[in-house]
Amino acid sequence: MATPSETAAPDGMGANWTTHCRRMADGIRRRALAHTIVHGGYLCQACSSAEIFALLYGHAMTLGPSDGPMVPPPYEGWRETKDARTTGMVYNGARAPGLDRFFVSPTHYALVVYAALIEAGRLDGAALDQFNTDGSRVEMIGGERSPGHEVNGGSFGQAISQAAGVAWARRHRGDAGNVWVFLGDGELQEGQTWEAILSMGFHRLDNMIVVIDVNGQQVDGRMEDVMGMEPLVDKFASFGAVAVVADGHDLDALDAACATPHEGKPLVVLAYTCPYQGIPILEERYPLLHYVRFRSEDERERYREQLARLEAGGAAQ
Amino acid sequence: MKRAQQVHRAALIEWGRLQPESVVLSGDLTAPCEADGFQQAYPDRFISMGLMEQNMIGFAAGLAREGFVPLVHTFGVFMYRRALDQVEMSVAYADLPVRLFGFLPGVTTPGGPSHQATNDIGVLRTLPNMTIVEVGDATDIEGLYGLSRQVAGPLYVRILRGEVPRLFPEGMDLTLDRARVLSRGTDVALLTSGVCTEEALRVTPLLAAAGLSVTHLHVTTLKPFTDPQVIEAIAGAALGVVTMENHTAIGGLGTCVADLMAERGLGKRLLRISLGDRYLQGASQPYLMENYGIDAMALVRAVEALAGAPTGISADELVAAQASDFAGEVQLEAL
Repeated sequence: MATPSETAAPDGMGANWTTHCRRMADGIRRRALAHTIVHGGYLCQACSSAEIFALLYGHAMTLGPSDGPMVPPPYEGWRETKDARTTGMVYNGARAPGLDRFFVSPTHYALVVYAALIEAGRLDGAALDQFNTDGSRVEMIGGERSPGHEVNGGSFGQAISQAAGVAWARRHRGDAGNVWVFLGDGELQEGQTWEAILSMGFHRLDNMIVVIDVNGQQVDGRMEDVMGMEPLVDKFASFGAVAVVADGHDLDALDAACATPHEGKPLVVLAYTCPYQGIPILEERYPLLHYVRFRSEDERERYREQLARLEAGGAAQ
Repeated sequence: MKRAQQVHRAALIEWGRLQPESVVLSGDLTAPCEADGFQQAYPDRFISMGLMEQNMIGFAAGLAREGFVPLVHTFGVFMYRRALDQVEMSVAYADLPVRLFGFLPGVTTPGGPSHQATNDIGVLRTLPNMTIVEVGDATDIEGLYGLSRQVAGPLYVRILRGEVPRLFPEGMDLTLDRARVLSRGTDVALLTSGVCTEEALRVTPLLAAAGLSVTHLHVTTLKPFTDPQVIEAIAGAALGVVTMENHTAIGGLGTCVADLMAERGLGKRLLRISLGDRYLQGASQPYLMENYGIDAMALVRAVEALAGAPTGISADELVAAQASDFAGEVQLEAL
């Protein structure tokens, strides 16, 4: 197996990709924090998954250039659904046999997706000004018209089945490109997720790579208190996947995990992450981190100070 | 009456020949849903999905996004009940051309409520983008490919298996949102669907003999429901309207007709023959039709209520007019 540094990087950056992805990950957290300070939001998801999205968009996935406008046009709602449908997948580049496809299942991560697109040069920074505003496709919980989204996730466990159908079709056609799926760990409690993994193994969909943000968090708190799932890696292996564990904040480790050979089977990368990585002040709220809503102006001010430190290029404290 | 066997099985093989982008997905009910012929003819376009209906619906949505036409086969209950969120969010919301073949409508199985799709039309009519069709004979089933070509978005087909009647001439097209006309008259508008059309045909000659003039339409499209023939038939019925369906009381054909009459200002009496607002039980089709009130005698009573007078049609006459044998032992095994 080729080590990550020997692999011809699709980004064309060679060994410099880690520096690039490190900057992207920092940018994702910074943008999510800046947005959360004004509006509140899904900040912990950005903390845990920043490196995953930076790696996917900055290095691991082979995508064509974005076909989407840098500032997304308004969303016409139901009027768009029949004739003039604009899908968010254009931000991931054209459909082509040799290119990869990307499916986000927990679309509560939409803010992270948008921030990653901005960091990847596929979306203008101003697009976040539209986030969760009336008439915008930059929705809080993304739909298929939202930048970077190809299907309707959000109802957990559904995107992976749809991605498996796409992967079956692509293999049937002989496409060389991979199908990447991003999952949260909470949705591993959905039965459909396991139906999908079983069927991917049974149908030998080795063109699929599933990356899971194992941040151990769900709405009610710690997964181990709500409905513990460990040991996860054994479950995926027994369901017919090649499953590997990686430190989800270590770009080299993540990249190596994504390059694990998996002939005849789908690959599942369990990226173990910290839900307040990079913004330690969030730990005060642990374990209730699903959605950040400030309780006071004073608290908001302390987050502003963290952001100022991040923007100055230092580590948050 | 002419009858035919395993009509969908042969039609599906022909469908596969005519539409190379069609793929069949089966939820461990391949022969019971008459998809085994397709599986043998086109093994590389047959996808075994096991007992994972939620995953199967999403998988089909992904295939549709790639330009395939997924033909999903399982019993109706396992789609509109068990996998409703998947039918909604993965298929209907995205308006994808997935074809859902829902077997075992209502009284057609002795499998009890777990297997009897009794409120599928009512549930699925509420889904935006969804088209719903119900078949009542062999010609309807053979027309499904042509009908599918008329539908750009998702399609739910309430379908029959095994032995089915041949009520309409072979080769007659099935047209979206157009009923098939069985008779024209001026007293009563009779709208029937699915297996109730065959049952009603036991009664309509006796009604004619009793001097009642009936417009009888076999309704196949339940959504959309804008057929001008239906409106015309209702408007022209002096005594009123009867609907007859193998479905619970709420959301099916009777509801479609009631909505239409109210919106069009068609002020007539409407009597709705349905399974009622209740679950069925495990029993034979004739038993269920009689005990849940969708048999020939229920139709006679409804017409008499509209006419305000007895027709003189007796139970013995109806037995003599028995149109067919019902499902044999072979069909019972395939649950």
